[in-house]
Amino acid sequence: MHPYVAKIKKKMPAAAQFPPSGDKRYKILETAMKRHQHKPDALIEVLHTAQELFGYLENDLLLYVAHCLKLPPSRVFGVATFYHFFNLKPKGKHTCVICMGTACYVKGADKLLASIEQVAGIKAGETTADGEVSLLTARCIGACGIAPAVVFDNAVTARVLPATAVERVKGWMQHGS
Amino acid sequence: MAAKTLTIDGRLVGAHENQTVLEAASEAGIKIPTLCHLDGIADAGACRLCLVEVAGSPRLHPACVLKVAEGMEIKTQSERLRKYRRLLLELLFAERNHVCAVCVANGHCELQDLAMDLGMDHVRYQYRFQPFAVDVTHRLFGLDHNRCVLCTRCVRVCSEVEGAHTWDMEGRGAKARVITDLKQPWGEADSCTSCGKCVHGCPTGALFFQGSTVGEMERDRTRLEFIVTAREKKQWIA
Amino acid sequence: MVLNDLLEIKERERKARKGTVLRCCVAAGCLSANSQAVKDGLDKAVKEKGLEGQVEVRGVGCMGLCCQGPLVQEDPAETLYVKVNPEDAPAIVDALGKNPAPGLPTTDPHAPFFKKQMPVVLENCGRIDPERIESYIAEDGYLALHDVILEMTPKEVVENVVKSGLRGRGGAGYPTGLKWATVAKTVGERKFVICNADEGDPGAFMDRSVLESDPHRVLEGMAVAAYAVGASQGYIYVRAEYPLAISRLQAAIRQAKQYGLLGGGIFESPFNFNVEIRIGAGAFVCGEETALMSSVEGKRGSPRPRPPFPAESGLWGNPTLINNVETYANVPVIIRKGAEWFSAIGTEKSKGTKVFALAGKIRNTGLIEVPMGVPLREIVEEMGGGVPDGSEVKAVQTGGPSGGCIPAAALDIPVDYESLAKVGSIMGSGGMIVMDEDTNMVDVARFFMEFCMDESCGKCVPCRTGTVQMHQLLDKIIQKRGAAEDLERLEELCDVVKNTSLCGLGQTAPNPVLSTLRFFRHEYLELLKQRETGAQPPA
Ligand SMILES: Cc1cc2nc3c(=O)[nH]c(=O)nc-3n(C[C@H](O)[C@H](O)[C@H](O)COP(=O)(O)O)c2cc1C
Ligand code: SF4
Ligand code: SF4
Ligand code: FES
Ligand code: FES
Repeated sequence: MHPYVAKIKKKMPAAAQFPPSGDKRYKILETAMKRHQHKPDALIEVLHTAQELFGYLENDLLLYVAHCLKLPPSRVFGVATFYHFFNLKPKGKHTCVICMGTACYVKGADKLLASIEQVAGIKAGETTADGEVSLLTARCIGACGIAPAVVFDNAVTARVLPATAVERVKGWMQHGS
Repeated sequence: MAAKTLTIDGRLVGAHENQTVLEAASEAGIKIPTLCHLDGIADAGACRLCLVEVAGSPRLHPACVLKVAEGMEIKTQSERLRKYRRLLLELLFAERNHVCAVCVANGHCELQDLAMDLGMDHVRYQYRFQPFAVDVTHRLFGLDHNRCVLCTRCVRVCSEVEGAHTWDMEGRGAKARVITDLKQPWGEADSCTSCGKCVHGCPTGALFFQGSTVGEMERDRTRLEFIVTAREKKQWIA
Repeated sequence: MVLNDLLEIKERERKARKGTVLRCCVAAGCLSANSQAVKDGLDKAVKEKGLEGQVEVRGVGCMGLCCQGPLVQEDPAETLYVKVNPEDAPAIVDALGKNPAPGLPTTDPHAPFFKKQMPVVLENCGRIDPERIESYIAEDGYLALHDVILEMTPKEVVENVVKSGLRGRGGAGYPTGLKWATVAKTVGERKFVICNADEGDPGAFMDRSVLESDPHRVLEGMAVAAYAVGASQGYIYVRAEYPLAISRLQAAIRQAKQYGLLGGGIFESPFNFNVEIRIGAGAFVCGEETALMSSVEGKRGSPRPRPPFPAESGLWGNPTLINNVETYANVPVIIRKGAEWFSAIGTEKSKGTKVFALAGKIRNTGLIEVPMGVPLREIVEEMGGGVPDGSEVKAVQTGGPSGGCIPAAALDIPVDYESLAKVGSIMGSGGMIVMDEDTNMVDVARFFMEFCMDESCGKCVPCRTGTVQMHQLLDKIIQKRGAAEDLERLEELCDVVKNTSLCGLGQTAPNPVLSTLRFFRHEYLELLKQRETGAQPPA
């Protein structure tokens, strides 16, 4: 057992287990790792699955993955922070991803971003204090033909105007309060 | 092992076929500046200070990873190379806070030595550093990110020689930093065996022994070499 | 599966074809304009009118004119409806076989945008159903793989590709045949082939369209390559931003396995080939081949110095062939129609066609495929329809963050590897962004520099620290705080970053700055001149 896992276990109340056995998500994650025969080269696939299940990658989860794939925790942390796709903090209930690819940029994505940053009171990469909205930017989502493109909660939207975008985000924020 | 003959700075030099240009040069007493290279661990080719010119190739090649070849013609010194090396050092000095006068490694720092050797005496670029807190949670050692040049020697030494792999890199680009375990304070990184190899391997004052004061921190690279030779060759040469 | 089975599927599929086909684009661009609802509406309308026997509604990949989506085309009448609403479906079905439905917008399928294209890689794109392998087989799919395995030696396959003159479509334009030959002759217990579908250029969507519209073509190309170089395992590295491409690839791999076109003993020969998908996680640098392999191995996507090249020491130290999506997509046609046929297209040094993603300030944005060597002007003005709103073209950007801006004055150059390099740009992977008079070129340079700065892996000193410094200098110049020595410093940094960086990202990061300095230097000087005295920052 990794000294670190041992320590976590020690800190837990006697009845608790690591990973928490009641949490079905760990089972699904374990199945995914088994499918990769717990090979260390599956780390990125496993982190994808973990993030899908848990929404973000917190330290205990990273540690669990490190333990199961027999990798040093620092290496798992290094990989998780190298790639933009992985979040180590929880995301907002809603996400707004603004494409900042070249085509969207020349069609005014920067102005789009500025107007949303203003109305939401956050910068790209941040989440509103109430946890409602996360504002993200992407390096080209491959929808350049319909620039500028914005992804509102997983739905790619074509030729977005600042006013429409502001409207959407405002709607989410009011809904939450 | 087949022997190869190559020319380095106009001198004929013999080498084994698996050697790098850096090794061949150093055996022949030709000095090539290096920073991310450390004898005994794998090379990263990251600092780019060891770049040399190879006849017939339009690109510059890092001597630390370039394998020797028969008839190769290498130039380790030229106006162009010196200029690039100086600029690279200047960029490094502008990246973080390298105020030597208050550094524990003052006088025993590879970065400082390189700057002196290459005549890099002032920085024209905008200083970028944002001050980092110094981590002194470890009972024996300390980590000062402000002095780190991200050479990853600590990462490699810890992983390859000690086998603990306590260190790794977090993030990427200008945001990259060295971390221990899951980025907790070094003192709480359970995988650390407190062997001190990373401290011995660090080229600057970024990793230091607790209690050292300005200019006092000396490292003992021979200790690392001793262990590496012992591991690899089963020879204990004290 | 043997040849007869393949031909039988083809026959069956062709016979089952109905007299009228409504092709509805369900690729990413049109999907985001609600084309799935359009397709469902068409399905429903056909059913309600009892026309199922005569009319097929086929979901197809990208039809090219993405800016006008959702697109629906009626065959054989060729009517091409644009910007279709789901409510229009009954009217379209009513009008089948007659004049176009009244009141619905259509566009001319013989307009230059379509007419000037030469579909080779995209021959099936927008025609076949990407989710059914039979639809691909009906267009002679997997025939090339059959011929290769049963009638050619690996050496002959490599020679064929050499003869075709195909060059890599991922950016650098390295001769594909030469690369295959190197991997083929390198000894190794295991060998791998990798398809680079990371498509990181932030203005490009060619590879995505190919994967979404004709995924089997890429699998077939990879299988041919694997046979030629002696590999039995392949990986496709797709960026996570392309979920649709990933799911279509997964479906395609599953179907190909069921039919015995992938897996063990393909075409009942001893040749085995398996393909696995690896999903990226948002890092542009992972398009660089050594970084990509490091990522496939589950590590941080940091490049390593080359040599050794992947062909000698790639995945887990084994000889590895890595090619781009479009490169592989060219392979089946080269085998089917012959190397001579292929090398007759294009120019002397750039053979075949190239797919471009046309975007930016231009009327027709979308996907086009043209023979190498067409004048850039023809693409921009005739096919693209020029700049809307009465503005003029100022520059065309190709090659993304590694490329450059071609000024309007150079629009007459032919589009091939060498000519683009001569004007300080590169072919790149196929992003082509048109910029009009309103575009500030220094801002464009800063945009790309910011991209490179954010995407630098941070391993080597010049790229990690140099991009930050260059970005800061550009910022300073744009904010009219720059002085003459800032421009000098910028040029000096371009030189050191270009020549000392470890990988292609850093080596090409200065290109957008160098090219705008070369053609639009006056814009920089103008900003320096406008420097507000008094607001001078401390040195
Ligand atoms: C920073 C960087 C990003 C790259 N991105 C891609 C990419 O997204 N797709 C691609 O096919 N090649 C990309 N390449 C080129 C690859 O390294 C490699 O040359 C290519 O995949 C080889 O395939 P080809 O010979 O078929 O072009 C990139 C190179 C660099 C330096
Ligand atoms: S701490 Fe020292 S050894 Fe480690 S990366 Fe920084 S400078 Fe290099
Ligand atoms: S050039 Fe940039 S991306 Fe490439 S290795 Fe260096 S830091 Fe990393
Ligand atoms: S010593 Fe060779 S690149 Fe650093
Ligand atoms: S996505 Fe439908 S035409 Fe391109």
